[in-house]
This record gives sequence, structure tokens and C-alpha cells, in this order.
Amino acid sequence: MIVIENVSLSHRDTPILRDIDLSLPRGGITALVGPNGAGKSSLFSLIARLQPLQKGRITVDDMPVDTTPSRTLAQRLAILRQDGAVANRLTVREIVGFGRFPHHRGRPAAEDLALVDAALSEFDLHSLADRFIDTLSGGQRQRAIVAMTFCQGTDYLLLDEPLNNLDMFHARQLMRCLRTIADERQRTAIIVLHDINQAASYADRIVALRDGRVIADGTPDDVLTEDHLESIFGYRMKVEHMNGKPFVLHHL
Amino acid sequence: MPDRRMIVLAAIALIAVLLFLTVGLRGNVQFVLQLRALKLLALLQVAISIAVSTVLFQTVTANRILTPSIMGLDALYLFGQTALIFALGGFGYASLDAGTKFGAEVLLMIALAGALLWPLIRTRMDMNLMLLMGVTLGLLFRSLSQLLSRLLDPNAFAIVQTASFANFNMLRADLTILGTIITLAAVVVSWRARHVLDIVGLGREAAIGLGVSWIRTAAGLLLLVAILVAVSTALVGPVVFFGLLVAALAERVMRTQRHALLLPAAALIAIIILVGGQTLLQHGLGGASTLGVVIEFVGGLVFLALLFHESRK
Ligand SMILES: Nc1ncnc2c1ncn2[C@@H]1O[C@H](COP(=O)(O)OP(=O)(O)O)[C@@H](O)[C@H]1O
Ligand SMILES: [Mg+2]
Repeated sequence: MIVIENVSLSHRDTPILRDIDLSLPRGGITALVGPNGAGKSSLFSLIARLQPLQKGRITVDDMPVDTTPSRTLAQRLAILRQDGAVANRLTVREIVGFGRFPHHRGRPAAEDLALVDAALSEFDLHSLADRFIDTLSGGQRQRAIVAMTFCQGTDYLLLDEPLNNLDMFHARQLMRCLRTIADERQRTAIIVLHDINQAASYADRIVALRDGRVIADGTPDDVLTEDHLESIFGYRMKVEHMNGKPFVLHHL
Repeated sequence: MPDRRMIVLAAIALIAVLLFLTVGLRGNVQFVLQLRALKLLALLQVAISIAVSTVLFQTVTANRILTPSIMGLDALYLFGQTALIFALGGFGYASLDAGTKFGAEVLLMIALAGALLWPLIRTRMDMNLMLLMGVTLGLLFRSLSQLLSRLLDPNAFAIVQTASFANFNMLRADLTILGTIITLAAVVVSWRARHVLDIVGLGREAAIGLGVSWIRTAAGLLLLVAILVAVSTALVGPVVFFGLLVAALAERVMRTQRHALLLPAAALIAIIILVGGQTLLQHGLGGASTLGVVIEFVGGLVFLALLFHESRK
């Protein structure tokens, strides 16, 4: 379980996150939604100890993120950053293989190599495995970095806008893959999504952030109402239902 | 299986070493060989420390056109030399005890690096800020050296000029061996860190995500860089741009950013250029003491080329 207690963050005097209290139990998919600048990436970077906590407390399976050894956390929690730029002269296979680093520290066992192969297959990367990352298209690169995050094999996955640059085929495949590992292996995905309908279809829970505050939290049915959506995104959009799930006509 | 390009590099390096030892052997062979072996040791030591320190530094700072000289260690060294010449005069400077001087120089440079790293560790200060402090201090030391050299008489100034470039002609055996041992130890540590270095090269956030304790690792690597630079600078003098040339070539030749390949390739290329260049200068061109100037010139050209290349992207 990830527990966020009383967390605030500010840059100089500008508040970015204000008194966030959130607990995310083990298992399932939580979608984090909200407009640009709401603080979603900032919240992720605090959970993943990429920047120091200023106020409050965050624990992952009861381990405080600011005092637990980095490697121990890396075996429990993986993060895909929004701008996951990586070095150029590395092949897709090498990049994906780095996901295993927290487990083997540079000496991959047969099991690690098998997991890398599995991730390459899962994300349709076998034909690109020996290409340099800087020779790929944006979507292919995104898939390679997503595959690396998966390969880390952690109980918790923080994915910051993982669908960026992905075509519909691969976006759907990624969401289905998340669903599978959540259902069959009790793994937990927290995922920043801009496509609210992806959240409606795949998430168990939606947390909405605006101006650094949690302003809605619940099942897709609870959160995806016209009133809630207006207060989150600042304009009125129609909500239909399809196959029993909310379907937001946000583009009209 | 060892990489084919690595084998070729190693072979060329070996040939350069053999040529350096054997070309134009005359007179008292044993004596000449002893002299050359000492010089070779110094050349190898410098080649390897410059190569390894530059690769480490570029990886930690995630910047391909930086060299460790941005930390200002060589500027401190130069200022120290100028100040000594100023205070003691050319003759007094020349009669300083080489061992004490070597030890004091190494310690001073490592102390400066420590002073730069301290806030990084204690207050989690930003690494770019630390580098900026290094640049500023380097500038200060350089300006002070210039100020002092204005006040020197021409003879003393000529000594400062000589001290500003690497010089492989005035070596003491014991110091060279001591320097080589320290360098070897630092190189072993770097080699053992090769896998972590691959991860560090992905950048701060990605490395933390993969379980690297960033501050500790970055500070440790920078200290390693400082030790390598300090020892080689105290031994033969400052080498600024050469590392850039070597690191850039290694990446082009190996076409990878994996340190298991990058580190040895950079070291071998440095050996080829330094030892090969020295052989060429000694026997082809006759001006043995200018190697330091030549490698800096070529390294400087590479720096400009990289700048142009980066700015066009
Ligand atoms: N390094 C930074 N310095 C100053 N402000 C920042 C920094 N990083 C983010 N912010 C600000 O924090 C707010 C939240 O950013 P972010 O967490 O990236 O939003 P989101 O991911 O929800 O789009 C934004 O207003 C952004 O401008
Ligand atoms: Mg964001």
C-alpha cells in the first residue's frame, strides 16, 4: 500500500501540492487525472523519491520513501517519467535490460534475460531490439521505455502519461497489459491519463487533481459525472454510457 | 567474447608501446631502456587517468563536451606553480623537493575538490551549481596566475610557461611509480562501477528510479575523478582538452554508451595517441618536449568541432 499523508510542496513561494492525503492499496489500476500543471508529475516525483519531501510523509509498504535505501524501493516501485529521455547510443534491448538493474546490479542471471525477452515480446519490440534508441520513432521509443519500467517487475508502477505518442493499437495493448498484471498478479498501477475514456474503461479508481489538491476520488462511475468533470477540467462535457461504462464526449 | 574493435585498439596500443621502447635504441641500451620505461610508465599513467576521469566526469554530469578541468583543479595547480615561482624565483622553484611538492599538490587539489563536493553531499546542492562554483574558482585562479605572471621577469615567466603544459621529460622514478599505483587503484574502482555508470549515464531521475543512491554515487565518482586528475596533473602538469578528444573518439569507435566498452576503449585510444605521439615527436620531428602542446591543440580543435556539432542539432 502507498500512503500519502499531509504532503505539500512548493517552489519558492508558489504552492504546487497542498495537503494531499491519499492511500492506494495493493492491486488494481488507479488513474490520476487533471489539467496540465495540476501537480500530477510532482506528486509522482515525490512518491518515487526523485525530489525531497518538503512536508508530510509517504510510505510504500510501510517504508518511508525518504529514508529507505534507494535500491530496496526500486525493487518495489518503478516509475515511468513524463519525459523519459535516455542516452542515445544504447540499443532497445540494453534499455529494457536496465529495468532489471535493481535486482542484479549489473550481473544479469538467466531469469533476468528471460524477463527482458518477455517484455520485448509484450511490447512488440523484438524486431527493434538491436536498434539504437535515437533511431526510433517517438512512439517506438516510448514503448521501449515502458517495457523497461515493466521489466523492473515491481509491485507498484507509477506511469506518467504512458500513452504519449502511442498509436491506438499500442495504447490499447498497454492498457490491457496493465489490466492483466493487476488482475492476475495483484500488481498496482497508478497511471496519469489524459484520455479520460481510457480511464473510464480500464481504471478501478480515478483520482482527480487540480491546483495541487485532490478534488475528486472514487470509481469511474462516481467521478465521471458532468458536474465533477466541469470542476476538474473547467468546461462542461456530455457523459453517455456504453456497455455500462461512462463514456465522455470531451471533444465536442 | 571480446569486441573486435577493442582487439584492434589493443593491438595498435601495443605496437605504439613497443615502438616507443625500441625505435632508435643506441649507446648504453640498458640505461636508455630504463629511462624510456620510466617515461612510458608516466605516459600510460597520464593516458589512463585522463581517459577514465573524462569518461566518468561526462557520465556523471550528463554532458559530452565537459572535461574535469571545469572543476578548476588544473587552474589551482597552475596558480600554485606561478605563486611558487613568484615567491621563490626560478632557482628556488627548481630546487624544491619534488616529493614534497608532489604530495602537497595532490592534497591541495583533492582538498579543493572536497570543498566543492561538500555542499553537494550536505545540503543536496544541485550539481550544476557545484560545477558553476568550480568554473568561478577556476577563473579566479587563472586570473591570479595571470596577474602574478605579469610581475615576473622573463626568465621566471618562461618557467611558468613550461609548467602550463604536460611535460614528460622531468620525471622522478619513485613519484611516477607512486602515482601509477594510486591511478591503478582508482581505475580498479571505476571498472567495478562500470554497470552503475551505465545507469548513472541515464541521468539523475532515471538512475534514482533504478535504485542508485544519487548523491552518494555522484559525489563518490566526482571524488574519483578528482583523485585521477590531481595525481596526473601533479606528476606531469595540466592536460585540459585531451580527455575530450579521447572520450569523443571512444564513443565514435565503439558506438555504445556502455562503460564496460567505453572505459577500456578510451584508455587504449589515449595510450595510442600519447605514446604514439611521443614516439613520433621524439624520432620523427625531434622536438620531444612539445607533446603536451600538440595534444592540447588537437583536443581544442575537437572541442570546437563538438560545439559546432551540438549547436547544429
Ligand atoms: N522545477 C519546477 N520549478 C518551478 N515550478 C515547477 C517545477 N516543476 C513543476 N512546476 C510547477 O508545478 C506545477 C505542477 O507541475 P506538474 O506536476 O508537472 O503538473 P502536471 O504533471 O499535473 O501537468 C506547474 O504549475 C509547474 O509549472
Ligand atoms: Mg505531468
